[in-house]
Amino acid sequence: MNENKHTTLSTGNNAVATAVRDAKVQVVAAYPITPQTEVVEQIANFCENGIFDAKYIPVESEHSAMAACIGASIMGTRAFTATSSHGLLYMHEMINWAAGARLPIVMANINRALGPGWNIWADHSDALQTRDTGWLQVYVSTVQEAYDTTLMAFRIAEDQRVYLPVMINLDGFALSHINQLLTTEPIEKIQAFIPPYHLDHAIDPNNPRGYGTMTAADQFVQIRYDIERSMRASCAVIEEAEQEFAKACGRTYSWTDEYLCDDAEILIISMGTLGKEAEVAVDILREEGVKAGSMRLRWFRPFPDIQSRLVGRDLVVIDRDYSFGYGGIIASSIRAKTGLESYNVIAGLGGQEVTYLDIASFVRERKIGKEVWFGIEETKNGYEISRSDI
Amino acid sequence: MSGIPTTEYLKKCTSSCPGCSATLILRYVLKAAGPDTILVVPACCTSVLQGVYPNTSFDVPVYNVAFASAAAVASGVAAACEYTGKKTNIIAFAGDGGTVDIGIQALSGALERDTNFLYICYDNEAYGNTGMQRSGSTPHGAITTTTPTGKRHFKKDLDRIVSAHNIPYMATSCAAYPKDIYTKVQKALSIKGPKFMHILTPCPPGWRYSSEKSIELGKLAVKTGIWAMYERENGKLKLSSQTIAAIRKPLPIEDYMSPQGRFKGLDPSQLTKTKQEIQFNLRRLEREAREADEDGAEEGA
Repeated sequence: MNENKHTTLSTGNNAVATAVRDAKVQVVAAYPITPQTEVVEQIANFCENGIFDAKYIPVESEHSAMAACIGASIMGTRAFTATSSHGLLYMHEMINWAAGARLPIVMANINRALGPGWNIWADHSDALQTRDTGWLQVYVSTVQEAYDTTLMAFRIAEDQRVYLPVMINLDGFALSHINQLLTTEPIEKIQAFIPPYHLDHAIDPNNPRGYGTMTAADQFVQIRYDIERSMRASCAVIEEAEQEFAKACGRTYSWTDEYLCDDAEILIISMGTLGKEAEVAVDILREEGVKAGSMRLRWFRPFPDIQSRLVGRDLVVIDRDYSFGYGGIIASSIRAKTGLESYNVIAGLGGQEVTYLDIASFVRERKIGKEVWFGIEETKNGYEISRSDI
Repeated sequence: MSGIPTTEYLKKCTSSCPGCSATLILRYVLKAAGPDTILVVPACCTSVLQGVYPNTSFDVPVYNVAFASAAAVASGVAAACEYTGKKTNIIAFAGDGGTVDIGIQALSGALERDTNFLYICYDNEAYGNTGMQRSGSTPHGAITTTTPTGKRHFKKDLDRIVSAHNIPYMATSCAAYPKDIYTKVQKALSIKGPKFMHILTPCPPGWRYSSEKSIELGKLAVKTGIWAMYERENGKLKLSSQTIAAIRKPLPIEDYMSPQGRFKGLDPSQLTKTKQEIQFNLRRLEREAREADEDGAEEGA
């Protein structure tokens, strides 16, 4: 055990703020929103108490939060922000700008439902509405994972092969506000893991260039294609970062977090904290003789290559989100990528309570090819959406 | 022009309209600022007249950003410069739409947070880049493509909004007076903290006059008093000599309005209201300048 490691009780939000401090972020611009507030409060505290030398910009909106990060990042400084729900959507324009400008900004998004009605609880609809913006997206499920993944996010985003922003997602309250043990790493180890910030295309008055000028279609297509090329290149960078992190800190992460998947006949697929709930459901089902496993997706962009792990098994996909007129976003992504049908359970919207007992029931009641909305009686036996009608 | 450097930071290949006075003022802004300068430009005429990627006609770095975001992006640039100890001039250069309308929230935030930058609003009194729709800065009675019979509302008093933020330096100027612009930009950039300049830029296609008349119309705007030039340093107002002259002996407002097609439909009652507005505004500025003078005299005594 490394004596410089420090273990304490921490919330998910505090774990993110601590990682931001430990990663030596240079500019933080953020606007408070429930349930993200503790992230910005803690960072502001670190700055005011002199234990963190970042410039903290208390902006007047989320749009300006991302805009200020864009300004700081293009100047060659490491930038971070955190938001949630309506805040994420309010900055949507600038989220696109950050990726288009190839800026390795890191953002924590505390997943929360979108109004109306006002609802501050966990829901993945916010982040998934930004899935096509060119950001890498990762969803975490524990306080330790939030800290570790935030550290890795800087290394991945700032890799020259990537130069794209990374969004770390934590379930509102279910992770942001719970306390778990958190082991933090010594600064020297983190500095060795995350090289100093360097941006090849940083603004330099000695080499004046036009950034984001009018761009004709030919060049525009090339620029967009380059984003996708880097998104694909990020797969190797993510794997390298996770392997190096495991070597340095002893904690292993991957594209997915799998629990008893190897011999499973049924896979429960989910994201965020429901994935941890699903592991308990698997234990219960295994005791009943049902060979279930849990596969929690960590990375959603780039989308993991999981086809070989899914083929030949019954898939129960839990979506804490919905694309109206189409279906659950994870289930439809899996169908689009692999051609595989699943039993798609829409569950946990707006912080709806979903227990491991409920998840075990989803598995027992599964009807592959059907969609159900947990808590909506009329869909209990499978709600058939004829895709040809859409 | 005496005292102004001959170095050019705008190349002769911008795609500006003939007679564009916004481009003209940028020429003098950059001469005053020098090469260690970053321009932050939201959607506006300046974002299209630089040229097409990968080329640029500007000899300083230009960061083109989303419409509402100029002051916020500049905040981030300023924070980065503060962190790294760079002394680079940070200038947000935005049109009236990007300032008085969609960008006002970010501007207000950046001013309130004591951001070390200069924000310049070049005001051609409409959304020029998109084809001259009305903005909050369009004057009463002016025809635009979204006010085809003339604007019913009055021009938003941006300067009073900005001055309410109690910033260390703000100034107004007009494209017809490049030396005034040059001097004020230099002064602004010598001061730490948020600085603001509001510069009237006559626009031939928008205001519907022939392109050789931009300077003439700029001068008429000041001489008739519809546009006042002043500085406000630490809250104290000082009228510029051109505006003092206009208060003493104003030219009739008709001299300014009649060459412009946008005021063609102005009826007598609207003209009366405009005259009243000019008088009200000049009297207020004069009173404020006199009070600042008296305060200064008391402090000096």
